[in-house]
Amino acid sequence: MANLQSNLAGIKSPNPFWLASAPPTNSGYQVLRAFDAGWGGAVWKTLGTPIVNVTSRFAALDYKQNKIIGLNNIELITDRPLEENLQEIRECKAKYPDRAIIGSLMEVPERGPWHELVKRVQAAGVDGFELNFGCPHGMSERGMGAAVGQHPDIVEMITAWVVEAAEVPVIVKLTPNITDVRATARAAKRGGAHAISMINTINSLIGVDIETWNPIPHVDGKSSHGGYCGPAVKPIALNMVNECARDSEVGIPISGIGGVSTWQDAVEFFLLGATNVQVCTAVMHHGFRIVEDMIDGLSNYMDSRGIGALDGLIGQAQNKITTWENLNLNYQIVAEIDQEKCIHCSKCYIACEDAAHQCIDRVLVDDVAMLKVDQNHCVGCNLCMMVCPVEDCIEMVQVANGLPPESWKQRSSTVTA
Amino acid sequence: MDYPTLGEPIHKPLTELEVKLEANRCLNCYDAPCMNACPTHIDVASFIGKIATGNLKGSARVILDANAMGASCARVCPTEELCEGACVYKKDDSPIRIGDLQRYAIDWVMDNDVEIFTPGPSSGKHVAIIGGGPAGLSAARDLRRFGHAVTIFDSNDQLGGLNTYGIVPFRLSAEVAIWEAQQVVKLGANVVTNAHVGRDITLASLLKDFDAVVLACGMGRVPKLAIPGEELGGVLDALDFIERAKLGKDVGNLGKHVAVIGAGNTAIDALTCAKRLGAEHVTMYYRRGEAEMTAYEFEYDFAKMEGIEFRFFCAPKRIIGENGRVSAVEFIRTELVAAGEGVLESLMHVPKTIQGSEFIEPADTIISAIGQSRLLDTFAELGIRTREGVVDVDESLQTSRHGVFAAGDCIFEKGTREAMVVEAAEQGKVAARSVDAYLNDPSLRHGSGQAPA
Ligand SMILES: Cc1cc2nc3c(=O)[nH]c(=O)nc-3n(C[C@H](O)[C@H](O)[C@H](O)COP(=O)(O)OP(=O)(O)OC[C@H]3O[C@@H](n4cnc5c(N)ncnc54)[C@H](O)[C@@H]3O)c2cc1C
Ligand SMILES: Cc1cc2nc3c(=O)[nH]c(=O)nc-3n(C[C@H](O)[C@H](O)[C@H](O)COP(=O)(O)O)c2cc1C
Ligand code: SF4
Repeated sequence: MANLQSNLAGIKSPNPFWLASAPPTNSGYQVLRAFDAGWGGAVWKTLGTPIVNVTSRFAALDYKQNKIIGLNNIELITDRPLEENLQEIRECKAKYPDRAIIGSLMEVPERGPWHELVKRVQAAGVDGFELNFGCPHGMSERGMGAAVGQHPDIVEMITAWVVEAAEVPVIVKLTPNITDVRATARAAKRGGAHAISMINTINSLIGVDIETWNPIPHVDGKSSHGGYCGPAVKPIALNMVNECARDSEVGIPISGIGGVSTWQDAVEFFLLGATNVQVCTAVMHHGFRIVEDMIDGLSNYMDSRGIGALDGLIGQAQNKITTWENLNLNYQIVAEIDQEKCIHCSKCYIACEDAAHQCIDRVLVDDVAMLKVDQNHCVGCNLCMMVCPVEDCIEMVQVANGLPPESWKQRSSTVTA
Repeated sequence: MDYPTLGEPIHKPLTELEVKLEANRCLNCYDAPCMNACPTHIDVASFIGKIATGNLKGSARVILDANAMGASCARVCPTEELCEGACVYKKDDSPIRIGDLQRYAIDWVMDNDVEIFTPGPSSGKHVAIIGGGPAGLSAARDLRRFGHAVTIFDSNDQLGGLNTYGIVPFRLSAEVAIWEAQQVVKLGANVVTNAHVGRDITLASLLKDFDAVVLACGMGRVPKLAIPGEELGGVLDALDFIERAKLGKDVGNLGKHVAVIGAGNTAIDALTCAKRLGAEHVTMYYRRGEAEMTAYEFEYDFAKMEGIEFRFFCAPKRIIGENGRVSAVEFIRTELVAAGEGVLESLMHVPKTIQGSEFIEPADTIISAIGQSRLLDTFAELGIRTREGVVDVDESLQTSRHGVFAAGDCIFEKGTREAMVVEAAEQGKVAARSVDAYLNDPSLRHGSGQAPA
């Protein structure tokens, strides 16, 4: 069986599945339940000066029958006294010494208070720190969270303060609400961070109730923007993780966060450069027990491919991402419809006709729509394959055009030469 | 008034959750096969999509615009043979439950008393409709939308035709049938019930007083079995029997053994009705085999589940009585032999009795369900051409008489059209369009009221 032992910048855990700092890690009771279920680590709900939350804090984006494809929240950091949290951290660590417990921290941007907080939390026995520079609402108005995370110089400065006082590895959690995440990732590195984690939530507004015209969620008729997470944000997170993984000036391990719900999601994060993953929304949706299949599925997947340890996955596809100018312009694929599998719904036809390149022919034979791709005109955009409801019915097949690989970069340099 | 339900309905309404799951499962096919399979061409994907977005009024409008009988069709259509049979998911045996979703949208209209259509601006023209069943109601509804005045004459005391009187209540309740008819009345159709055209009103007077006529009188009662003993007490006509049961009238004592003659959908309705009324042994007798039954397969399955017994390849020869009432039937065995050339495929083999194979079956009640006769007297009185009892119409559904159009079961011809509510609804719609064109175009009206040369 594959060894799922994980090591993020020296923080060890029996598997790479951590709970992200969020409602599931709000208390010792919950973290113990999570460890009972098998979670490898937990980033405690962000510690700091306790705040007061509003009621009506979450809202979800549903798509047809799929609940919570995206989740939006206006919750702040922990609302419980620091000492209570620290006592529970001690208890969890005593019961589960092999699991990673990370103290997530947030403080006003002053050196003294940061040192003070780091020391107190360290004394509780945490295995690492995660600096919350990402919370996009509430805390940012008080000069914390994303207000910090959007300024590389402040990120660097605070990281340095923490590293001065910390005896365990320091992870900096980055906000996606920034044009180029590499800027803050590099700043964290310069400040001495041992790892980065991403992404925190994305600024969002779930919607408006069209009956009452109240925003969703609303607090007595009003709302503020919240932070967006869940399956819908995974592509954004994957891109940011990969951008940092490929950046030589970042060069520190990455904990991947954003829409991880299954072991397959985790594999994708690993392949694109993450060392472990953190999960929030999927647990809020289904409970701690989902980790069982995450561990089991990952393990079976690695066994089936003969991969013994996570190193065999981490970053293995990261350099398959490049800039557009390096893509092979002579790589040609066209759609092919498996007539045996086709259920004649004509979804591919109308998609190609109205939104692509008008290259699917539709002929009624005995009142049944027969669909055929005009491969001479197909541009290989994939749209028909995407709309087809039948698995593997439309395949994109490569055309042997005999042309050697040639990128835009190469082509434009030949033209100008 | 409350009508008897005769037990649990065959189809229960979907729950809210089922509706959501089912509506969101629809693929919204392009030029969807379900739409093409519906005789009224309801834009199924559109109405289902509107259910999914919570636009129930829009959904109901899509359905009812194409089919004025949307409420009854949602309950009585053989959807397995129509829209659901064509759904692309049929391949995986899980077609979208189109009929049940349609019912959901129309039930919403019914429960909330929502007005969907309004009459068109008055044209000053007046159309007479003979028969207030599905075909006549459908024609009347659309003629009102076109702005023509309409008067429906029906020989019964309630509108709805077989929807109200003929289809078993566990398939379609009289309440729903009457509600549906009421929607047409609300659009301003005049109704004269207990008025038998040909007896109480002459066609000549209709042709004189109205600008056009739509004939939608359906078919007649069950023809005679034409065997000895038919006059005995306990020998019933399936339509009379179902009508009495459905409207809560006395059907008499059925006894222990009920024999139903015939194997069509009407026979299934009579059989299951008798069973639900408490008869112990309800048996179908048919002179052909299982494969030749004209009832739909799902109807046959339903009858089996209700505990009906079946005897194939036997024809009734005489009815035996005791004290003026049925006590047994003598049957004779049959076999199928090749028929001559030039017959419909379904009639390629005809039953032939086997000499000396007679046997006697106990029976306390005999229900004849061997089809429906044609209203030949009415057609003769109207002076319109018929072919084998079927009213002759052109593509626009105009009869041989100018200005007289026909729709529904009265133009139902085996092998070409089906005797179904949805066909009647479609034909009513087509007839209304043709009447509208006829009324708007004086050249079409040339020779109105006269038999063509
Ligand atoms: C027992 C039974 C079960 C059925 N089950 C189904 C089913 O499950 N699904 C399905 O789709 N179809 C079913 N059908 C068929 C369906 O009921 C008919 O196809 C449909 O009702 C035809 O509509 P129509 O308007 O042409 O005729 P009808 O419904 O027969 O209506 C004709 C109307 O004309 C009136 N009328 C007749 N003569 C005159 C006259 N001279 N003057 C004034 N009024 C007159 C009658 O009173 C009646 O109201 C069933 C039929 C029967 C008998
Ligand atoms: C295939 C594709 C191509 C796009 N090209 C453009 C573009 O040329 N110009 C532009 O302003 N936005 C472009 N967009 C972005 C869209 O206009 C739009 O902002 C985005 O898709 C978000 O809207 P949606 O969620 O409805 O798709 C493109 C989107 C897609 C899916
Ligand atoms: S065929 Fe089936 S899936 Fe397609 S539109 Fe009709 S009901 Fe929906």
